[in-house]
Amino acid sequence: MAGTAIIAAPPQPAAQKFIKRLRDGDKAAHLITLIFAASVFLVTVFLIFELWIHSSASRGKFGLGFLFTTTWDPNAENFGALPFIYGTVLTSFLALLISVPLAVGAAIFLSELAPPKLSNTCTFLIELLAAVPSVIYGLLAIFTLVPLMRSYVEPFLKKTLGFLPLFKGPAYGFGYLTAGLILAIMTFPFIISISRESLLSVPREQREAALALGATKWESTWQVVVPYARLGIIGSIFLALARALGETMAVTMVIGNDTTIHSSLIAPGYTIAAIIANEFAEATSDIHHDALVELGLVLFLITIILNASAQLLILATTKKGSKRD
Amino acid sequence: MGRTQRRNLLNNVMLALTGVCTFLTVAVLFVILGFLLWNGFRSLDWNFFTKLPLSPGETGGGLANAIVGSGITILIAVVIGVPVGFFGGVYLAEFGGKTFPMFVRYTADLLNGVPSIVIGIFAWTVVVVPMHTFSAWAGGFALSLMMIPIGLRSTEQFLRAIPSSMREGSLALGATKTQTIMKVIVPAARQGILTGLILGVARVAGETAPLLFTSLNNQYWSEKLTEPTATLPVMIYKLAISPYDDWHRQAWAAGLVLLGLVLIANIAARWVLARGAAVQRG
Repeated sequence: MAGTAIIAAPPQPAAQKFIKRLRDGDKAAHLITLIFAASVFLVTVFLIFELWIHSSASRGKFGLGFLFTTTWDPNAENFGALPFIYGTVLTSFLALLISVPLAVGAAIFLSELAPPKLSNTCTFLIELLAAVPSVIYGLLAIFTLVPLMRSYVEPFLKKTLGFLPLFKGPAYGFGYLTAGLILAIMTFPFIISISRESLLSVPREQREAALALGATKWESTWQVVVPYARLGIIGSIFLALARALGETMAVTMVIGNDTTIHSSLIAPGYTIAAIIANEFAEATSDIHHDALVELGLVLFLITIILNASAQLLILATTKKGSKRD
Repeated sequence: MGRTQRRNLLNNVMLALTGVCTFLTVAVLFVILGFLLWNGFRSLDWNFFTKLPLSPGETGGGLANAIVGSGITILIAVVIGVPVGFFGGVYLAEFGGKTFPMFVRYTADLLNGVPSIVIGIFAWTVVVVPMHTFSAWAGGFALSLMMIPIGLRSTEQFLRAIPSSMREGSLALGATKTQTIMKVIVPAARQGILTGLILGVARVAGETAPLLFTSLNNQYWSEKLTEPTATLPVMIYKLAISPYDDWHRQAWAAGLVLLGLVLIANIAARWVLARGAAVQRG
């Protein structure tokens, strides 16, 4: 017995060493993947840090007044962000005004009325719209939407509603309204696909109960199903808004690049993303760069707040849906 | 008109309207595709793929340098972004505890929501400023930042979808955790991970804003990765806002090529995923 034990003993340390090496391999793998995961976190923190540091000259010189002044004069090194904030908010607002009714309507049709096959095919096609690069939306907008707006839509609006200050001035085709329209098209897929998901997650019983009480299909949908899914729908609208605010290329190509504020929707304007896209590469003075980076910082803060609220809302509805199922 | 009739009328009108909404939104896609196909095919010729851009007035130029430039910047983005997304995703799904992965997930979603133009500013501050030159590196770095969140979240999601019985089976046979992950879990999730990669590439392939002041643009071939580099999306932008008809023609051709690649990638990703699901079920 003792003899065999002695003979059998030598392989054991080797095997243990081997197993230990494997265990160490696990530790190494843990560490390596941890470093990569942590780098995502660190890069995001670093991004905020860099935006803060590289906007210091502008923040120091203009303070909070930067957000409320309207002069943008690179030659005099005098910068105010208001025309761009105004343009960004206005174009995104116009976009939502157009896209929310259409997209929510489409989501209702796809979740409540369409047979599953048609619904899935349409959703697939609409989600492909989300994959179209924004520069291609811009290309199409310049050569189709802009001439259309200039020759037909804007003259028509001026003729019928021209007494309002909203539709005064020459029809260039380039301007807030055209930018809002192209943004509306770009936000369709986000609102439709997420709203449809939240509508689909409403339990069947809700619909059946409403119908059993004598409601028509529309009444059951509008008064029971849609309110039940409202957080998800609002979430999808927030997400679309965040996209619209940060959208660069398509807007830059049709906004008209005018640094003054106009009350007319058909007048040319500017957005935060568009001014950065147009001037960043050519900016020569440090303060000009810093002012543009500060605009980027403003845009960043607005969009992350919107994105975070959108995610919370979407999370809230999907949780609610699955709990009651 | 009675109350019931009114309600039925409202019902029919509103339901029909939702159908109209759907028709309008889907029609947009076909209008876009139609215009691009019509104008793109009229403008596309062999020169487009082989020649350099010409000055205004001359006809017959192409965008060969932009096609190659796009390929290079995307390749740089893949080389930087895919390992971070993949290993980070493995950490979140297989190693992570509770609190730290939540932070990483949250910041990845945050990074995903950062406007692309702001990503461009960041890449400018950390690559262009220290190198004192616009370069393919800077453009590739900016694009990689847009790929990482997609890769990370899709890798995590598809690894999590693998049933834990497979992990336990492998561990019970004496495999270490690393062996289990690399030889059992990742191969089982490969279709999903591949889908994430394709979608990531498709997303960044069309990005313009992060490249405007990182890789900039170039009328000629770029010989080094440290030179300004032409890319297809930036070229489309520059050509489309120019006043020359021949440049507009080139922009349409480039738009057709770019959209074709992006849509094919998206459809391919869905196909890979659907086939993977079929294989697992079968």
